Order: sequence, then structure tokens, then C-alpha cells
Amino acid sequence: MKTFIAILLIALSSSALADGRKLAVPDNPLWQTECGSCHMAYPPQLLTAANWRQMMKGLDSHFGANATLDAKEGVEILAFLERYAARDQRYSANTQRITDTAWFQREHRELSNSVWTHAKVKSRANCTACHVTAERGDWSEHSIRMPDGRRWE
Amino acid sequence: MTAKKIGVAILFIVGAGIAYAETPSSLIAGYTAEASRATPGFAPSAERGQSVFMRKWGVSKTMPSCATCHNDQPTAEGKHVVTSKRIAPLSPAVNQKRFTDLAKVEKWFGRNCKEVVGRECSAAEKADFIQFVSKGSQI
Repeated sequence: MKTFIAILLIALSSSALADGRKLAVPDNPLWQTECGSCHMAYPPQLLTAANWRQMMKGLDSHFGANATLDAKEGVEILAFLERYAARDQRYSANTQRITDTAWFQREHRELSNSVWTHAKVKSRANCTACHVTAERGDWSEHSIRMPDGRRWE
Repeated sequence: MTAKKIGVAILFIVGAGIAYAETPSSLIAGYTAEASRATPGFAPSAERGQSVFMRKWGVSKTMPSCATCHNDQPTAEGKHVVTSKRIAPLSPAVNQKRFTDLAKVEKWFGRNCKEVVGRECSAAEKADFIQFVSKGSQI
């Protein structure tokens, strides 16, 4: 019985870890420097290739900000995004906002509006306000710290 | 050549290899030279740089001034006004990585001047701006 529980625990913890890890951002220095200055360098897995292509066409007005790249960097970054982009339509949004995808909405469905407007959060773009280890590739629920300091579980 | 001399030579070469391509002063000198062509006798001014930095340009509602995201004190950490991401201090007095790469400097002046000022910044404004943030404090 003890062995069984041990095996079960290992299986459970590794699957939870895998879940939290699958959104790790593939290593790409250009993505980090060019697209990780004003906001975290988001996982390319969180939008479809069509969404990324659309977004990269309008960087002079990127959600209200000027985020223009030179042509060569733009081509390299788009290739990176297309390589890792989601194929599932749950990760698609015609606004090109990750936070408007069905996947994001579902994952965050239990949150009240007061969390989003909290002074430490302020924007849905501010992942690391709660996913404090996200920039190290760890998005697991276990690592979440709510703005008031509580754990999520 | 003695072993010690060779060691020093190697250190020098390695050191030069990792040294930054530009410095704040070399960038100021470059922009000053460019500005002098339009305005003979141009000299960079930290006072004018501060007013560029602090001025509310009235172009962008969310980002009215440089200081909106970069903090009133360029030696302090800033915070992106939309995403809340922390921005490392702009002043080379406390952040040695700043103003050491012309291409990077041009890219950010390009983006942010259009965003905040509503047009490209002149070489004179860039020289003044770097002169101001290099001082490390408000005047």
C-alpha cells in the first residue's frame, strides 16, 4: 500500500509539474529583449500563428503603444512565434489579446474583478503579479501568490 | 615577452572584447556633432534635457511624459504604466548598461519619441536628454 501511495504521489506531482511547465518560454534572446521590455516575454504557445502574424503587422500601434522593430528582427521573431504557436482554436482571439482567448478566460474564471483591479495587478497583461515564478517557466497553481499574499489552493 | 606581460595583454584583449561599444559621453558627443550642423555652437544642456524628460507632451493619454514610466528620478526604478512591469533605472550613474549601444538607444528614442512626443526627437534633444539622465538626479 505504501509503495502504491508513493507511486501515486510521484505520478500526481509530476503531472502537476508538467502542466505548470508546458508554458515555459522557449529560449530566444531576441524575443526576451525585444518583446520582454514592456511586458513579460509571453509564451508563444498562447496564441495561434494567425494571431501572431496579425499582431506583428501592427507593431506601430501595439495595444496603444509603439513597439516597432526593424525588418530583420520582425522576421526572426515571427518565425519563432510561428514555430511554437498554438494549433488549438481555444488559444485564438481576434483581438490578438491572450487574455481574450477561451483558454485564458476559462483558466481565470474563478477570479473576481477585485483581483484584476488590485494595485499590485492593475492589468491582465501583468502575469507575474500572481504567477510569481512565471519568468522562470513555472506557471503551476502551486506557485501562485495572490496579491494579498495567499496561496491559490 | 614575459609571461606576466602576455597575461596583461590577454586581459586587455578580453577586457576590450566585453567592453561596451559606446559610452554615454561618446553618444552625447555624436549627437552634439549632429546638432551642431543645424545649430552651430550647440552645447548639450542637462536643464533642457530635464524639461524634455518631465514635460507632459499631451500626445499620449496613457504616456504623457518620459517620467510616466521612467520615474521622476531617472536613478530610481520605473514601472510601465500599462503593464506594471518594472523598468531598470534609466540613469547610467546607477545602471552601467544604459546608453552603451547606439542601435539600442536609437531604437528606443525612435519608439518612445513617437509615442510620447508625437514625432522623432532631434539630435539636440537626444544629447540634452542623455546629459540630464547621466547626471543622476533632478537639477
